[in-house]
Amino acid sequence: MGRVSRREFLIAGAAAGGGLLLGFRTGERAPALAAAATPPAFAPNAFIRIGTDGRVTMIIGQVEMGQGMYTSMPMLLAEELEVGLDQVVVEHAPPDDKLYGNPLFGFQATGGSTSVKGLYGPLRRAGATARTMLIAAAAKRWVVDPASCRAERGAVIHTASGRRSTYGALAAAAAEMPVPEHVALKRPEDFKLIGTPAKRLDTPAKVNGTAQFGIDVRLPGMKIATVAASPVLGGKVAGLDEGKAKAIKGVRQIVRLDDAVAVVADHMWAAKQGLAALAVRWDDGPNAHLSTGDVVKGLEAAAQTPGVVARKDGDAAAAMAGAAKKIEAVYEAPFLAHATMEPPNCTVHVQKGSCEVWTGSQVLSRVRATAAEVTGLPLEKVVVHNHLLGGGFGRRLEVDYVTQAVRIATHVEGPVKVVWTREEDVQHDVYRPYYYDRIAAGVDARGRPIAWTHRLVGISILARWLPPAFTNGIDIDAVDGAVQLVYAIPAIRVEYVRHEEPVLKTGFWRGVGVTHNIFVVESFIDELAAAAKQDPVAYRRALLSKSPRARAVLELAVKAAGWGQPLPAGRGRGVALLYSGWDTYVAQVADVEVSPSGDVRVHRIVCAVDCGTVVNPDIVKAQIEGGVIFGISGALYGEVTLKNGRVEQSNFNNYRVLRMNEAPAIEVHLVRNNEAPGGIGEPGTAVTAPALANAVFAATGKRIRKLPLKPDQLRSS
Amino acid sequence: MVTLKINGKAHTADVPPDMPLLWVLRDVVGLTGTKFGCGAALCGACTVHLDGQPVRSCVMPVAAVAGKNITTIEAIGNTPSGRKIQQAWLDLEVVQCGYCQSGQIMSAAALLASHPHPTDADIDAGMAGNICRCGTYSRIRAAIKHAAGG
Ligand code: FES
Ligand code: FES
Repeated sequence: MGRVSRREFLIAGAAAGGGLLLGFRTGERAPALAAAATPPAFAPNAFIRIGTDGRVTMIIGQVEMGQGMYTSMPMLLAEELEVGLDQVVVEHAPPDDKLYGNPLFGFQATGGSTSVKGLYGPLRRAGATARTMLIAAAAKRWVVDPASCRAERGAVIHTASGRRSTYGALAAAAAEMPVPEHVALKRPEDFKLIGTPAKRLDTPAKVNGTAQFGIDVRLPGMKIATVAASPVLGGKVAGLDEGKAKAIKGVRQIVRLDDAVAVVADHMWAAKQGLAALAVRWDDGPNAHLSTGDVVKGLEAAAQTPGVVARKDGDAAAAMAGAAKKIEAVYEAPFLAHATMEPPNCTVHVQKGSCEVWTGSQVLSRVRATAAEVTGLPLEKVVVHNHLLGGGFGRRLEVDYVTQAVRIATHVEGPVKVVWTREEDVQHDVYRPYYYDRIAAGVDARGRPIAWTHRLVGISILARWLPPAFTNGIDIDAVDGAVQLVYAIPAIRVEYVRHEEPVLKTGFWRGVGVTHNIFVVESFIDELAAAAKQDPVAYRRALLSKSPRARAVLELAVKAAGWGQPLPAGRGRGVALLYSGWDTYVAQVADVEVSPSGDVRVHRIVCAVDCGTVVNPDIVKAQIEGGVIFGISGALYGEVTLKNGRVEQSNFNNYRVLRMNEAPAIEVHLVRNNEAPGGIGEPGTAVTAPALANAVFAATGKRIRKLPLKPDQLRSS
Repeated sequence: MVTLKINGKAHTADVPPDMPLLWVLRDVVGLTGTKFGCGAALCGACTVHLDGQPVRSCVMPVAAVAGKNITTIEAIGNTPSGRKIQQAWLDLEVVQCGYCQSGQIMSAAALLASHPHPTDADIDAGMAGNICRCGTYSRIRAAIKHAAGG
């Protein structure tokens, strides 16, 4: 490693075997989370490696879980470096918070729709710096002014003479060049890659079976284990029938932990059968008799107490008192499981003095830390190999399954792959929390809101997951979407009541805070429109004078959806609008049909999206499409319930998700501009439930305030 | 001991006769392209072809498939419909995380082989057993039509 540029915090040096190695640390932070992050060191954050053979390798600290990270991140680098995506090889980065910390979290995490938002500037600057150094090296060699040279597809060209040298030939010399303090970034009109629907780099391996997910790891001498943890949180193993399990061919070992049992075998089938044969008896512990109703009672009681004020405009209480009419409602959103298609799994090899881990994780440095903690080894003795993720959605922001696998592996000779069954996954997830919201508006004589109070009650994920981000009693994620209310209402008060219900582990779930808040806010605005006997679009439009971008997406979506055109009986259109800390605006129009038996069929979804600068419009569209489907699954079917402390759902038969024959036509319209990029992984999910609930209201006149939109709430015959 | 014909090659495996084909493929033979999603014929991630017919390998006892031609995602590109489907998947950028896609492609290839010009209803019937948690359904539908047209 060589010299460091103080201004840009870029670091350059010679790569092993010659060539140029360039890293940087990301210095940009979102104000909201900046206080939570540790101060950055002079350490590089991601790397470009240019070999003397001209091979350009990009080492990506963000993980690929379907959201196109291994394409959009390289696009940012390649744009400024002046190489084609076809000239780039992507490598998974190892865990290292200092090197690969997410600027918006302060450590290495992929989630919260933050990657493009946080890395758009830093990755481009890194690419531009490498390009500048390569040009400088060529100019020096040719004794010409660097300004007379240009870069193109991995080569530097002296425009006047036509002399040309490849990056590979220049890489070693470039490594000797000073790191420039300022680099010129390309103007948006000169972009060759950014803004184009470039092909994804990860797709070819995913259509022929060669892509390696964590679950596909195979090592010499590796055993396979499957596990059962206590069905009730806090329960312990009370007894088991070891003999029967060991009699099964292929079963090698039973590992008994205090709260879980694993069967280690030659293959998954023997492990599964062994686990069944163990007939584990459990001591259920203190949560043995709890049900969902107990959780709701706790939330309900907490909702009677005032919360911490998260937004205050004017005097909401006074405005409410002076209103012509007050409208109030309670909304509820259930526990939800992630059910990533790739079930949780982790392969571990514990040896004397070392530990190796193979898994797919959104938080690699935490994988490493938990393995070190369980084994008692120093961090540097833990090696983590990251893999493609078969879905993240927030599930793989947790390392519970890694911790457990390492605990098991400490009892096993040789490497062991611990694979959860789907039943284990659905019943031991880190669930989207249950939320309980009290919301009210005071309206004037024409039905327009003049006062707005929103008290939301739920557990704080950030207080556990990123404690420094939980400040002054506010979980900025839990209130996200509620505090950014775009409607022009003179008096607004948003309160947050933290209420912990330790009956299930809870965590992030594709847009968690926003997903629940937008459901509440956009359903309630619809209620106000209905109370005022106004069209839901016209009612919103009149409140959007101060938010032109929100208004623009609304207009685009309603026009494309044919808002106002007649629909057959039993059908209805609903609209919802989203703006939140992701800095993305989305409007959605849903067209649904409700059958006499109360089943909801979604016919068509139209989304208009303004996420500022678009890196890859096809990836943005795919993320919105996928987010919408995820949102429909949640809104129509998603519900995890508890009885006697146990989760009642177990697999895709009773934790239903949307299927091909139920999937609507989805249209995504993008607004293109040069605003700062916003997040796109989660908005599609968050905007969907309220659009559906509002469409159901339009179709049936029934206002559903508690998700999911179950047939028994909607039956008419 | 069973002898299996997988992708045109014979494999012998010392496994119990009731062991599902999925685990033989993944944990014994080492073909990991076929995925585990539910273990209960609910998600389609484990779909393979048995003499050209799509089956859920997670519930298919290995004893029942001895002597039959087993085709997995690793070799589906050698069939005309498989090749077309894979290309359509690339052309339309169907894939997100990719975990379900081995199964989706196996189901789609079987559908295209039996219905060269599938209707929406054919696609619903042929693909409803394959869950995609990333929500790629509209692109899968479009890609199947694209493959049928090309
Ligand atoms: S794993 Fe076989 S259908 Fe789900
Ligand atoms: S692409 Fe991720 S589950 Fe289908």
